[in-house]
Amino acid sequence: MGRYFRDIYISVFTVLKGMYVTMLHFFSKSVTVQYPKERLEIPKGSRNQLLNIIEDCIGCDQCVRACPVNCIYMETIKSFEGDELGETSTGRKKSLWIPSFTIDMAKCCFCGLCTYPCPTECLIMTDVYEYSKHDRNDLIFEFADLDPIKAAELREKDAIRKKEKEAAKLAKLKAKEAAAKAKAEKEAAEEGKTPEKKPEDNPDKKTDNSGEENS
Amino acid sequence: MTETLTNPVLTLLRLIPGVETLSDGMQVLLSGFLAGVILFAFIAVFALYAVYLERKVAGHVQDRLGPMEVGWHGLLQTIADAIKLLNKEDFAPKDVDTKLFTLAPFLVFMTALSVFVVFPYDSQVSIANLNIGIFYVIAISSIAVPAVIMAGWSSNNKWSLFGAMRSAAQIVSYEIPVGLSIICVIMVVGHMGMQEIVEFQGGGFWKWVIFRSFPFNFIAFFIFFLGSLAEVNRTPFDLPEAESELVAGFMTEYSGMRWAFFFLAEYGNMLAVGLVGAALFLGGWQPPFEFLSFVPGWLWFILKALVLIFVQIWLRWTLPRLRVDQLMYVCWKVLVPFAFVCIIGVGLWEVLT
Ligand code: SF4
Ligand code: SF4
Repeated sequence: MGRYFRDIYISVFTVLKGMYVTMLHFFSKSVTVQYPKERLEIPKGSRNQLLNIIEDCIGCDQCVRACPVNCIYMETIKSFEGDELGETSTGRKKSLWIPSFTIDMAKCCFCGLCTYPCPTECLIMTDVYEYSKHDRNDLIFEFADLDPIKAAELREKDAIRKKEKEAAKLAKLKAKEAAAKAKAEKEAAEEGKTPEKKPEDNPDKKTDNSGEENS
Repeated sequence: MTETLTNPVLTLLRLIPGVETLSDGMQVLLSGFLAGVILFAFIAVFALYAVYLERKVAGHVQDRLGPMEVGWHGLLQTIADAIKLLNKEDFAPKDVDTKLFTLAPFLVFMTALSVFVVFPYDSQVSIANLNIGIFYVIAISSIAVPAVIMAGWSSNNKWSLFGAMRSAAQIVSYEIPVGLSIICVIMVVGHMGMQEIVEFQGGGFWKWVIFRSFPFNFIAFFIFFLGSLAEVNRTPFDLPEAESELVAGFMTEYSGMRWAFFFLAEYGNMLAVGLVGAALFLGGWQPPFEFLSFVPGWLWFILKALVLIFVQIWLRWTLPRLRVDQLMYVCWKVLVPFAFVCIIGVGLWEVLT
C-alpha cells in the first residue's frame, strides 16, 4: 500500500518536474538558425567542394594517385620544345600541358587525401557545400582551361611524337637484339673453346638454361 | 430549458428570407444543416490554429522555432498544409472493405462534431440546451469506438488493427474514470444540463466546481483531465497512433481528405474535452472575478478551454508514451479507485453541509 502511494506521488512529482523543465525551454533561445537566410560559419578545415586552381597545377599526378575512390581524372601531355608554359605562383616551372582535369564529386568521399600531397597547394577544399544537382553527370567538375582546339592539336602532336618514339624504340630494340645475338654467337663460339670450366661452377643452372634455350 | 435561451442557429435561420414559408420539416433540416456548417467551420478553424500552436510549442520546447516561413512567423503554414491535403489523391488500398473504410472517418468526425451542440457558449447561448447535456456528451463520444474499430478492421492492415484494438480498449477503459469524475460534478450541482452547471458556478472563481468540496473535486478535475487525455489519444496516452511503433495506428491506410477528417476529429475532440473541462470545472462562461464581467462570456469559455488545450500540448511534448499495461494500470488501479473516493468524499461533504 505504501508503495502504491509512493508510486503515485513520484509519478505526479516527476511529471510536474518535467513540465517545469519544458516550460523553461519555452523561453530559452532557439539553437537552430533559419538556414537559407542565415548560415552558420563553416568550421576551419571542413571538407566541402574541391577546387583546383589550374594555373598552379603542375600535373604531377600525386592527387590522382592519392584518391582512394579514383574520382580524379587527369590527362597530361609533355610540353614540346619551344612551348612556354609559364610558372606557378610559387615559382615552379610547369612542364606539362593539362588538357583535362576533372573531379567527380558524386564519387568523392570528402576524405581530403588529395589535397595534402599537392606540391603547389593548388587543389583545395572550398567552403561551398550547396552544389546539389538534378543530374549526376553535372557533379563532374572540369577544371582544365585549355582551349579544346589547342588540346586536340597537342594530342595529335603527342600521338606523332609517341609514334616516332615507338619507332625509335623499336629500331633501338632491334639493334639491341641484333647485338645480343651477335654477342651470344660469339659467346657460344667461345664456350666451345673452353667448355670445361663453367659446368663445375653451377651445373644445375647450366643445364636448366640450356634446356630453356632449346625449347 | 430556459425561456430566454438564444439559439445562434435559429437566429441565423430567421435571417434567411422566406424561411417561414417552408414546411416545419424543411426548417428543421435547414437548421441542422446550418448548425453542421457553423460547427464544421468552427472546428476547422480551431484545428488549423491548434496544429499551429502545437507545432510552435513543440518547436520551442525543443529549442527550435517551429514553422516560420509561410506568413508572419508561419501563421499560414497550416492553411497551406490543408490545401495540400485537399489536393491529394483519394486513395484506398486494394483489399480494404470499401464500405466501412469510407464510412469510418465520417463517423469519427460526426461524433466529434455532434458533442458541440450542447455546449453553453455564453449566458443563454446554446445550440441545444438538453437537460441531460453532459450525459449526452458521454453517450455520443462513445460512438467513436465502433467507428475506430471499423477503420482499423476495414484497412486490412496489422498496424491498423492493433491501433484500433488499443484505441477501443483505451477509450472504453478511460470512459469510466471520466464518467465517475463527472458524477462528482453532477453531485455538487444537482443538474446535468450544461447551462445549469455553468450558471451554478457564478460569482468568482472560488465558486467554481473545482474548488467546491475541496479537495475532492480538485482531484476529480485531474482524473477528468487525465482520462480525457486518454480518450482523445493524446500523449502520454497516444498508444493507438504511436507513430514510432504502429506507423499511424488505425489511420495508417488513410490518405488525403479522409485522413484529414480523422485529423479534424482528433483536434475537434481535443477542443471538446477542453470545453467540457472548462464548463464543468472552471466555470464555463463565468468570469473569474465579478468586475471582469464586461468581457464577453464566450471569450472566457474559449479562453479557459484554450488553457486546458495548451496544457495538453505542453504535456505531449514533455512526456514519453506509456506502455499498454501501464496504461491499464493507471486507469483501473489508480484513477478508478481515486474517483470512487472522490464520489464518497463529495457525497459526504454535500450531506454534511
Ligand atoms: S577528397 Fe578524397 S575522395 Fe574526394 S577527390 Fe580528394 S582524395 Fe578523392
Ligand atoms: S597534386 Fe596538385 S599539382 Fe599535382 S596534379 Fe594534383 S592538383 Fe595538380
